[in-house]
Amino acid sequence: MPTDQLRADLRARLERLGSAVTGHVWRLGYAARFLAYLLMHSGTALRRFRLTVKEVYFAGVLSLIIILVSGLFVGMVLALQGYETLQRFGASESLGVLVALSLVRELGPVVAGLLFASRAGSAITAEIGLMKATEQLSAMEMMAVDPVARVVAPRFWGGVISMPLLAALFSAMGIFGGYLVGVQLIGVDAGAFWSQMQAAVDLRHDILNGVIKSVAFGVAVTWIAVFEGYDAVPTAEGVSRATTRTVVMSSLAILALDFVLTALMFTGGNAG
Amino acid sequence: MQQDHIVEIRDVSFGYDAARPVLRDIDLEIPRGAVVGIMGQSGCGKTTLLRMIMGALRPSAGSVRVLGRDAAALDRAGLFAMRREMGMLFQFGALFTDLSVYENVAFPLREHTGLPGEMLHDLVLLKLEAVGLRGAAHLMPAELSGGMARRVALARSIALDPRLILYDEPFTGLDPISFGVISRLIRNLNDSLGATSLIVTHDVQEALGVVDYVYFMAAGRVIAQGTPDEIRASREPFVNQFVNGKRDGPVPFHYQAPDYAADLELAAA
Repeated sequence: MPTDQLRADLRARLERLGSAVTGHVWRLGYAARFLAYLLMHSGTALRRFRLTVKEVYFAGVLSLIIILVSGLFVGMVLALQGYETLQRFGASESLGVLVALSLVRELGPVVAGLLFASRAGSAITAEIGLMKATEQLSAMEMMAVDPVARVVAPRFWGGVISMPLLAALFSAMGIFGGYLVGVQLIGVDAGAFWSQMQAAVDLRHDILNGVIKSVAFGVAVTWIAVFEGYDAVPTAEGVSRATTRTVVMSSLAILALDFVLTALMFTGGNAG
Repeated sequence: MQQDHIVEIRDVSFGYDAARPVLRDIDLEIPRGAVVGIMGQSGCGKTTLLRMIMGALRPSAGSVRVLGRDAAALDRAGLFAMRREMGMLFQFGALFTDLSVYENVAFPLREHTGLPGEMLHDLVLLKLEAVGLRGAAHLMPAELSGGMARRVALARSIALDPRLILYDEPFTGLDPISFGVISRLIRNLNDSLGATSLIVTHDVQEALGVVDYVYFMAAGRVIAQGTPDEIRASREPFVNQFVNGKRDGPVPFHYQAPDYAADLELAAA
């Protein structure tokens, strides 16, 4: 008897595991189909660009304060920590290079992406989820207007456009913060700070790769945000869960994508 | 004669799974120009039937003809073409919370017509005047009372002069004044627009004052039908309990439960 019991128990566990795995794979496929549908129905968002501009305002402009202030502090901390290490090797003039490369290659896109996910991504999910819960999306369907084209696509493109701009502003503000601490406070030579930075930062290898990263993060975060909102269970609890999932999933996606992109972008050159 | 029916439902059955049918053998028709009510308890299948008429669900068996089309056979483009001739009032209005009252009513016009600004402006004010809320055009939905929101939603649903107007629980949560306003509007708008209306509701007494004909549903079937007077006089026990709001009848007061004494463990004592 105990063997039968054990077997039934094992079987139940395996079934639960299997159904969880197929559930996740199914949802991933659904999200991919949703993205494909969204891209195919982006005509309205691009033709009536005013709709998208409005979303750039909500996702981008309203995120400016948190992005700029965080950028400033991250740059200031980078300069403090960087100076501490560099001066041990007598290379404190390279502080500008360290700050700029860290920001442009990594911290700008990644930290701006994480902040964007928690500030704008969660707002997008909550808004679409609540529109679903209050039947606004159904009302739109009943008015023969496709909610994916009219509500989701402008938010998606608004996020995708905003993210690289926010990352660039984050990096710029970070460099300014690094300048304030490194040059104004610690007293590193301003000429060395800027000229070494100018010589060492490469437009294609560093800046363009940073921009590519931020675009990839923008697509990932906004895709997750609009999908979670559209797929949310239309109750208060469902929308709250969807919003949490957006922040968690987008943060993980950013960090995982960052590793993959960094591996592709920056290891090839060294190997060669 | 068939053309005179705006909605025609024949032998329709439906279930999310085969074991639990939600609708069974429904036959129903809505003549042009009439205001028809579908009434019954929550969970009796009336909202499912409404979703079928909207084309959001397809029947497992039978046919649903709406505005001369087979609603079950339409693709998305066909469905949208059909819905442009329909207006729908949702239970709580479903106004777009980020748009003003004016923009809410203008929404279907902007999406579906290329009307110049001035004409669109006149039309929006005309629709708002019809529901008595021209003066509220600049307000946001959050600033409206429940009854006002319902009226704005009504103005929005008639923006494109629909041939068929659907109402999902239009009286829920309204005070007596708002209720009187909404029920008069339903009747007046139907007659002045030359439209046909379908009201799905469990507020029987209120609705019986507005409709021309009633279908009464219980457990997924139409169990009674007739004019409001016929329904009021019905001897069918369920209808009688429902119309008169009796506590006990075919629908018991108590939810199914094990024996009371056994539950309290009195039998053992």
